Amino acid sequence: MAATIKYDEVEAGQEIPAVEYPVRRVNLVMYAGASGDFNPIHWNERFATSVGLPDVIAHGMFTMAEAGRFVTDWAGDPAAVVDYGVRFSSMVVVPDDENGATLVVSGVIEEKLEDKRVLVALTARSGDSRVLSKARAVVQLS
Amino acid sequence: MALNRDFLGRAYASSVPYEVSRVKIKEFAAAIGDTNPIYRDREAAVAAGHPDVVAPPTFPIIFSLSGAGEALSDPEFGLNFAMVVHGEQRFSYQRPIYAGDQLICTSTISEIRSVGRNEFLTVKSDITTVGGEQVCTTYNVIVERGGAA
Repeated sequence: MAATIKYDEVEAGQEIPAVEYPVRRVNLVMYAGASGDFNPIHWNERFATSVGLPDVIAHGMFTMAEAGRFVTDWAGDPAAVVDYGVRFSSMVVVPDDENGATLVVSGVIEEKLEDKRVLVALTARSGDSRVLSKARAVVQLS
Repeated sequence: MALNRDFLGRAYASSVPYEVSRVKIKEFAAAIGDTNPIYRDREAAVAAGHPDVVAPPTFPIIFSLSGAGEALSDPEFGLNFAMVVHGEQRFSYQRPIYAGDQLICTSTISEIRSVGRNEFLTVKSDITTVGGEQVCTTYNVIVERGGAA
């Protein structure tokens, strides 16, 4: 197992280009089934609005998974992620239309660590909202 | 209602091991829209140097609160689920999770603090194999809105 990105070829401050991830209602239904989180705020508009939400919202863990995918795709090996943490700072509202919502994830290499590891700071946005904060991954490079 | 601080430090182990299957990893990867063959195809995973298909980094969310579920729903604890939101989440790996792993999850109520009107609860979960090998530590911060009011 090995990341395709080499430690010696990256620098602190280097940006990882943004990737867009579409979020449709069907993705939330699939995530509910796969994760076992069937909270109706993630699939039932009637329930979501009854508890004061603007509409159905994505699972925070779905958003975290998409930002994780951004890191594993960049690194080239899912097993290269040795530490990954986020704070959920804003909700991702997913309307029941053709477009749903769009997550835009980008990153920057914040620090080069020992043992060929790097600390990657992630930014995840939906519309004007920053939906994750303190999002950081430690990645084992080659 | 404030959370019952008597629960601080209490640990709960899952009663049966969680058996990581290729099918579940594939289902989870499909749900997050990730087409990486290392999640789906054993041969591709082996060719990349892994013993079997690898679980995505956030996969342990499926079972990492299973042990603590009993405590969190205990009326004595005082957690109102209707007011709960997920505040923070972290996974710290000692090694990757692979299909075929049999995992035991021991969850500890490691911190309870009031911030303004809200209660912040941290559940730390140590995930090991049935043989005792350390695999992953997860930290789940749950926010009970209005709980400290």
